[in-house]
Amino acid sequence: MNQHLLLQVVSKMMIPLIALFGFYVQFHGDFGPGGGFQAGVIVASSVILYALVFGIEAAKKAVPPSWVRIGMTLGVLIYGGTGVATWLLGGEFLNYTVFAPQSTHAAGQHWGILSVEIGVLCTVTFAMLAIFYAFASRMPDLSGEDW
Amino acid sequence: MMVHSLPILLMEIGFMAMLLVVALAVLRMRSLFAIVMLQGVYSLLCAAWFVSLDAVDVAFTEAAVGAGVSTVLMLGAMLLTDRDANPLPTKRKLGPLFVVIIMGIAMFYALGDMPAFGDAHSAVNTGVGAQYVQSTREEMFLPNVVTAVLASYRGYDTFGETVVIFMAGLGVVLLLGLNGNAGKWRAKPNGQSVAAPSQPPVKMAAAAKPVKTAAAKRKPVRRKSAKPKAGGTS
Amino acid sequence: MITLFEHYNYAIVIILMMIGLYVVFSSANMIKKLVGLSIFQTSVFLLYITMGKVTGGQPPILDPAEYESHGGGHESAPAAAHGSGHEAAQASHDAVQSAAHTADVIYSNPLPHVLILTAIVVGVATLAIGLALVVRTREMYGTIEENEIDELDYLGNLEGHAG
Repeated sequence: MNQHLLLQVVSKMMIPLIALFGFYVQFHGDFGPGGGFQAGVIVASSVILYALVFGIEAAKKAVPPSWVRIGMTLGVLIYGGTGVATWLLGGEFLNYTVFAPQSTHAAGQHWGILSVEIGVLCTVTFAMLAIFYAFASRMPDLSGEDW
Repeated sequence: MMVHSLPILLMEIGFMAMLLVVALAVLRMRSLFAIVMLQGVYSLLCAAWFVSLDAVDVAFTEAAVGAGVSTVLMLGAMLLTDRDANPLPTKRKLGPLFVVIIMGIAMFYALGDMPAFGDAHSAVNTGVGAQYVQSTREEMFLPNVVTAVLASYRGYDTFGETVVIFMAGLGVVLLLGLNGNAGKWRAKPNGQSVAAPSQPPVKMAAAAKPVKTAAAKRKPVRRKSAKPKAGGTS
Repeated sequence: MITLFEHYNYAIVIILMMIGLYVVFSSANMIKKLVGLSIFQTSVFLLYITMGKVTGGQPPILDPAEYESHGGGHESAPAAAHGSGHEAAQASHDAVQSAAHTADVIYSNPLPHVLILTAIVVGVATLAIGLALVVRTREMYGTIEENEIDELDYLGNLEGHAG
C-alpha cells in the first residue's frame, strides 16, 4: 500500500477548499480582514500543497510554467491598466472616482479597488508559484546526504 | 496605566517570553532544519500577538507569508544546500557582541522618548491615521479601512509593492530557472555543441591545489555518515 | 521604572532586534544569516504595530451601520418627498443613533497596518532572492560558509581565474 495514501486522500479533499477560501478572502477583503496579498498566498499554497503531496511533475501538469510566466506579468498589467483606464476616462492616474462619477456611495472607488486587488492576486499567486517551481525543480548537488 | 486587562496582559507576557526563547534558540542552534522551523514558529507567534494588538490584516498576512510560504522557500533552499552550520570560533563572536550591546544600550536610552503603549493622543495616532478612518467613513463606504487605504488612498505604493513581488519572481526565475536549469544549459553555436566545463572554475582551482582549508578542520556534528567536504574531490 | 512599565513593548522589541542583528553579524552560514534577518524584520514590524495600538480600541473595520446612514441619508430625502413618513422617521432615527454610536467607538490606528503589510511582502521577496543566491553560491563554491568561500576565492584569484 502506498505509504502516502492517507496524505493523498486528505489533500484531494482539502486543496479545492483551500483555493475556494483564497477566493473568499480576496473578495471579502473589503468587508473584513483580507485582500489581494493574503488571497494570493493562500491560492499559491494550495498548488504548493498539491506539489508536495503528488510530486512536482503532477503540479506542473496542473499549473504549467507557461501560465506562471504569463500570470506574473498579467497582474502588474491589470494594476497599471486600471491606472491607464482612469487616465483615458479623464481623471488622474489611479483616481477611481471617474469610473462612476455620478454615484452617491462611491461605486467608482469600489470598482477600482476590486480591479487592483485582482491584479495583486494574480501577481502574488504566480510569483510565489514561480519561486516554488524554481526551488523545487533544481536538482540538488548533494548526493548521499542523509538526515 | 494598564493598557490591557490582566488576562490579556498575562497572554502578552506569554507571547513575549516565547518569542524571546525562540530567538535565543535560533541563536544557539546549529541544525539548519531546526533553525528554519523555529523561524516559522517565530512568525506564527508574532501573528498571534498582532491579533491581540488589533492588527488583523497584518496578522493574516504574517501568518500566511511568514509562517507559510517563507518556511517552504527556506526548506527548499536548505534541501539544495546544507544541513548544518559550522561551529563559530569565539573570536568571531566578540565584535558583533560588542556592537550589538552598544546599540542596545543606545536604544534603551532612547526608550523614554517614545509614546506610551496604547496612548490615544500620541503623535502617531492623532495624525493622518485618524483622518483616514474619518475619510473612509465619509466618502469611501467600505468597512475595511486598511483595504481602503492600501488600494485607494495609498494605491501608488501598492503598485510599487506589486512590481517588487513581480521582480522577486523574475529574479528567482533568472537565477534558478523555472524548470530548474538556469546555468546548466549547453550552447550550440553553428550546430556544434560547446561543452560546459564539468565543474565551476573555483572548485577546479581548489582541487588543483589541495590546501588545508577550514573545511578540513571542521568538527562534524554527530551523525552516522561522513559528509562530502568542499574542494570538489568527490 | 515606571517608564519601563509603560514602554514594555519597546523593550522586548529592542531585545529581539538585537538578537536578530547579532545572528546576522556573527553567523558564517548564509542561511542562518537570512533567518536572523527575518527575525530582525519581524521584530521591527512589532515595533510599528505596537505603536499603533490604542487602549480600548477595536480593529479598524468599520461597522456598516456607521456609514449606511450617510448613504441612506441621500436616499431618505426622496423617500420623505414621496411621503412615506414612517421610513423617513426610521432613517433619521438610525442616523441619530449611529452618529451617537460613532462618537464612542475607538479604532486602532490603521496607518501602521498598511505600511507593515507592504513591508511583510517586500521582506519575503528579498528572502526569495537571497535564498536563490545562496543556492547558486553553493553550486559554485561547494559550501555556504563565509570563511570557506573567502579562502576558495583567494585560491581562485591566485590561479588567475576571473572569479
